[in-house]
Amino acid sequence: MENSNDYALRVSNLGVKLQNQTILDKVSFELKKGTALAVVGPNGAGKTVLFKALLNLLPHEGRIEWQPKVKIGYVPQNISVSDIPISVREFLSFRNGLDIEAHLSPVKLDDKDVLNKSLGVLSGGQLRRVLIAWALVDHPNILLFDEPTTGVDLDSEEPIYRMLNELKMKEKITILLITHDIHIIREYSDCLLALNRCVTFFGESKEIMNPSVQKIIFGETVCAGTQP
Amino acid sequence: MILTIETLAFSLVTGIFVGISAGYLGSLMVLEKMALVGDALSHVALPGLALGLLLHLDYPFLGAFAFLFAAAVIIWHVGRVTKLSFESIVGAVFTLALAIGILIMDKAELLEALFGDITRVTLLHTIIAVVISVAAVFLTRIIYKKLVLGMISEELAISKGINIAGTNLLYLLLVSLIVSIGIEIVGTLLVGFLVIVPAAAAKNLSSNLLTYSVFSAVFGAISSFSGVLTSSYLSVQPGPMVVISGIIIFAATVIAKWRAK
Repeated sequence: MENSNDYALRVSNLGVKLQNQTILDKVSFELKKGTALAVVGPNGAGKTVLFKALLNLLPHEGRIEWQPKVKIGYVPQNISVSDIPISVREFLSFRNGLDIEAHLSPVKLDDKDVLNKSLGVLSGGQLRRVLIAWALVDHPNILLFDEPTTGVDLDSEEPIYRMLNELKMKEKITILLITHDIHIIREYSDCLLALNRCVTFFGESKEIMNPSVQKIIFGETVCAGTQP
Repeated sequence: MILTIETLAFSLVTGIFVGISAGYLGSLMVLEKMALVGDALSHVALPGLALGLLLHLDYPFLGAFAFLFAAAVIIWHVGRVTKLSFESIVGAVFTLALAIGILIMDKAELLEALFGDITRVTLLHTIIAVVISVAAVFLTRIIYKKLVLGMISEELAISKGINIAGTNLLYLLLVSLIVSIGIEIVGTLLVGFLVIVPAAAAKNLSSNLLTYSVFSAVFGAISSFSGVLTSSYLSVQPGPMVVISGIIIFAATVIAKWRAK
């Protein structure tokens, strides 16, 4: 029998309006603990807005229920580091009392020289790993990841997802990630949420291989009454 | 007024502390790409300074600070409401303040206000400058990491529970304080220099925040100290000499960076 304690997140009738435009409308879904949810949808579908609403960074209506004692680690899609002289060690030490080297090992950044490098000179893959390390600082039970491989070359993408998968297994972290990659959705997520202002599909990730589901997700389906 | 050894000593001490604090606080302005905000903000002090002189205040910089404080709050609030960049709002506020200041100020006093005057620095002024500088550096040190995290990603900072708006307001108020005490030495027209150029020079040599912030403070102190000293030797106004000292340091860091490539 299903227990409400099994759930990491329950969202019902979530709505977000920005500058009088409906960005999200009546979004409802549930996510079990220790699973990975892939959020997909075309540009402007409201994926990043959904994350910001879940983090309570934006005003919203509807209900967002996180599991008790929730700790959320968040990795945004874009950060500005190119112009700021800040080393990896300094960035991670923004959290007082942190054993920095211990936090680099789970994200497979074992090269100690990286600690003294400026964030702005890191490769896309290294920067993403540092950001994951930052997100893991408070030992979160939820990880929100907005396009984990932005700015990462193709060869480095898969290891990042493998690492996230390992974290999910080992630390029992629930992961929500925004991605466009069908292979990643199939291999590294358990559930799929397709958005286009409203939910156009919610189900198991393996359904992504179903052509009719692909048509719904990547077609032009827009929920009635939510066009700007 | 004749410059005595005592007044020169007060000016040098004031200059060093103002240089350290302006350099340190300015390091955040340069990172935030708000360098010109620091410069423009300093001009807002002019009508306040004029008012202080008209009212014959012992310390006319109180008037300057009152105007800077009010301007900082207005800029912060209008920025939050309109989402306009700080540059745009400061641009509007500072040109208005400059216009009013020039209209109500006496020509000779205007020259002193614009370019500084070390002959009037007293022990009380020096003590005020030292106390305010130390307090401003101390408070900025507490919020430094929060401000930098907000620059890296506002969402990341908010998701970690940092009050970005409140932290920015405190920072603007601290900058206003430093600018108002720096005016006496460097003048309203050039005090913005102390906020921008030492930090820009430090950025040329730094790959981490610690060296960047320390170099910014040190370069600020050297610029002020050598500027005040040479101005007393040459009997000219201190503001332009502080700028020239700082620019020499900046040029040296550009060459050092260029050679390192």
